[in-house]
Amino acid sequence: MKIKGFLRGFGNFIQRFYIVFLLIILYLPTAVLVMMSFNENTSTFEWTGFSIEKYKMLFENEDILESVVTTVGIGLLSALISTVLGTLACIGIMAMSRKLQTVIKTTTNIPMLNADIVTAIAFMLFFVRFFGGLGTHTVLIAHITLTLPYVILNVLPKITQFDYKIYEAALDLGATNFQAFRKVMLPDIMPGVITGFIFAATLSFNDFTLTYFTKPAGFETISTKIYSAVRTKGIRPEHYALATILFVIVLLILFIVNYKGNKNEGKKDK
Amino acid sequence: MKIKLSKKWLASPYIIWMVGFIVLPLITIFIYGFTAVDGGFTFENIINAAKDKVNMKALGLSLIISAISTVICFLLAYPLAMCLNNLKMKRKTFVAFLFILPMWLNFTLQMTAINALLEQEGIINLVLTKLGIEPLQIANTPTAIVIGMVIDYFPFMLLPIYNVISRIDHRLIEASKDLGANSVKTFFKIIFPLSLPGVISGITMVFIPAISDFAIAEILGGGRLLLIGNIIEQDFKLGRYNGGSGLALILMAFVLITMAVTSAKSDKEGGHML
Amino acid sequence: MEKLLELRNISKSFNKELVLDEFNLYVKRNEFVTLLGPSGCGKTTALRIIGGFEKPDSGSVFFEGQDITDLAPNKRNLNTVFQKYALFPHMNVEENIAFGLKIKNKSKQYIADKIKYALKLVNLDGYGKRSVDAMSGGQQQRVAIARAIVNEPQMLLLDEPLAALDLKLRQDMQYELIRLKNELGITFLYVTHDQEEALTISDTIVVMNQGYIQQIGTPESIYNEPENAFVADFIGDSNIIDGTMIDDLLVEFLGVKFKCVDTGFGKNKPVDVVLRPEDIILTKPDNDTKLKGVVTSLIFKGVHYEMDVMVNGYELLVHSTKLEPVGTEVGIDVDPENIQIMNKPASEDEEVASLED
Repeated sequence: MKIKGFLRGFGNFIQRFYIVFLLIILYLPTAVLVMMSFNENTSTFEWTGFSIEKYKMLFENEDILESVVTTVGIGLLSALISTVLGTLACIGIMAMSRKLQTVIKTTTNIPMLNADIVTAIAFMLFFVRFFGGLGTHTVLIAHITLTLPYVILNVLPKITQFDYKIYEAALDLGATNFQAFRKVMLPDIMPGVITGFIFAATLSFNDFTLTYFTKPAGFETISTKIYSAVRTKGIRPEHYALATILFVIVLLILFIVNYKGNKNEGKKDK
Repeated sequence: MKIKLSKKWLASPYIIWMVGFIVLPLITIFIYGFTAVDGGFTFENIINAAKDKVNMKALGLSLIISAISTVICFLLAYPLAMCLNNLKMKRKTFVAFLFILPMWLNFTLQMTAINALLEQEGIINLVLTKLGIEPLQIANTPTAIVIGMVIDYFPFMLLPIYNVISRIDHRLIEASKDLGANSVKTFFKIIFPLSLPGVISGITMVFIPAISDFAIAEILGGGRLLLIGNIIEQDFKLGRYNGGSGLALILMAFVLITMAVTSAKSDKEGGHML
Repeated sequence: MEKLLELRNISKSFNKELVLDEFNLYVKRNEFVTLLGPSGCGKTTALRIIGGFEKPDSGSVFFEGQDITDLAPNKRNLNTVFQKYALFPHMNVEENIAFGLKIKNKSKQYIADKIKYALKLVNLDGYGKRSVDAMSGGQQQRVAIARAIVNEPQMLLLDEPLAALDLKLRQDMQYELIRLKNELGITFLYVTHDQEEALTISDTIVVMNQGYIQQIGTPESIYNEPENAFVADFIGDSNIIDGTMIDDLLVEFLGVKFKCVDTGFGKNKPVDVVLRPEDIILTKPDNDTKLKGVVTSLIFKGVHYEMDVMVNGYELLVHSTKLEPVGTEVGIDVDPENIQIMNKPASEDEEVASLED
């Protein structure tokens, strides 16, 4: 018994050690970025003292700030459009026959399964040949297409779970189809829609490959901006500050989403 | 019936979108891949791409690097998924969340940071020199690319495996023990086979972006190591659309074959879960 | 007969909530024993402790004379049929059944023979290659039983195995289980909350509530002679009425004296009187009738009518095959042997604990 207890304790220790070890490895790059953002030294990695100089440099660098605005704009717009399209599509898909559903679901998965670079060059060729070249709209179209499957992935299960009898009850009580959708169905599937939107927006924020191939010259998102900068001149001081701010924002958003999600679940339990 | 009829049409904007922006662009690649610059039908693009030694070397390197990265991700993620599943309920969600969070971080910035760590005069070597240890020589090597890929793609391997493992019905494990299997046998006969769907999607989500990558290789390989993605990128940036499409079709074929093989294997072993 | 399984002073709590308290029970070889009680009474926990999936906080489990309290579940010579079956979804029917035998490295021929035998036994001839997902609940249930019995356990533990089946199938499976037990000659320990099921299949019923045993006995004795109000109420419908034991063989309730068959309660002692609804005889009231009532409600139940009869301010539940319309005045009588007398519990606690032994 004692030996068994010891072994179990030892096993627990190993497991915890392993978890912490991997967490450290995984967060090492982030830790580097955050630490360096406060390092006074701008030329090497040696720590010479605390400073917020790099943040000042970031806010004076209009190119980077512009790329941030572009990224957020494209992200929110594409997420909004793909959430609306995707949610409507899910309702439509549910009303279809099994066979048709399978065909559509399979096609939906193509961009998820296809290599990013293949999807990206396919877009580029298509836009160049049939759309008369690249522009902001081609980036937007590419991002919507990229994020649509993830919206559907999040919304479809909610709609599958939705009890249509409730919808019919609303109709029975005199609601029109639209009223029944807005007042009964939408609140029920809302968590899925919101997750889908957040998923879509973050995917768009972080996308590199699609943007890289479908963007016109002079159009930069954060990813393409940093990529071209790093490629030619290596990492710049402002990048550390930008990375740190982005990390904090992601952390905040995810905590809020998780906290809200938990609260909603708690309500359901009661 | 009336309700159903009208609802179907809600999917039509999406269907039009899919045909327009998924199917048609893919067809465009095929058109370019099978036509010469003058527009005539040809197999030349693909044959030439396959004949070119640089291309094939890059494809070989891509295969090796992505396979190694995928295997390392799997070997690290599977035990981790088991460990996470053993944690107490409240802590479980939080720790799993910590592991998934890097998915949302900007990937070019992450790669830049890894480069800052691995560089010849980077942070790791700075620390090593201070400690009087010989500095590492991994900057701009395939090892650096593998490290970058493992760190970047790790959450995508972990998430599906963890999801499947945490949903395995505990009674199945009890049933296995009840029928005489010890923990090791229960793992190999019950837990692992049941987790295969998660393993397959983990492998898919790591292997596909890894084999078609060009950005990680560009940043961490210092532009000296060419993966298949780098060559395709160069072809397109230099306007060699037909040749580039030929190479892209070869890459597509590789991805499809790999996926077909893995999912066929899982069908045989993993049974009806998919 | 020898004791195959014995639980001695088992206590178990979850999150400081006591589920089993100093629980004692033994099962003889070749018996069909059922643990019966409402959900949360500790019956499933008792079964899981026997199976080895939970460790008791204190007390021991003896099996074939050996203390197996600390033995891992895979080393115990008993098998479990799980609630909702727990069939391995990635294996077909045959592979599921063969699982335990393969673990024990039995020969291929032996395994093949056993599968064939087991499939025949549970009436699933020819289903060996089927996927378990493609089977109905009743078929899955049979596979789960086959999977357990091919290992030739000394004892089979069944945790509400029929709970997920519909009524008709459940009744069929009850007879199947009895047949199986007789053919196999192994001991069954069965857990259910369904009193009808328990009465149908068991040799011995253990009625449990809140972690304590309320009564152990044959189905007949449990039904006909419940030892306390909980058992009487839980097993079938019954009228539990305040009464007074005037003397041996004479009891007074509803203001009238009745002959009965019970002795030894003392004189003028307050007691609980249990009357099963089907034991109450409705008569045409006349001058000799000592107890009269009025029918206040009537429901047709198929086999019989269910009536509420208001008698001296007390509503009696009566089952009768003869229809008496609402408002009819009826006479009421009970045969002496159908009057069951129980001691009144002195307090709430005693109500639960009085029959702990």
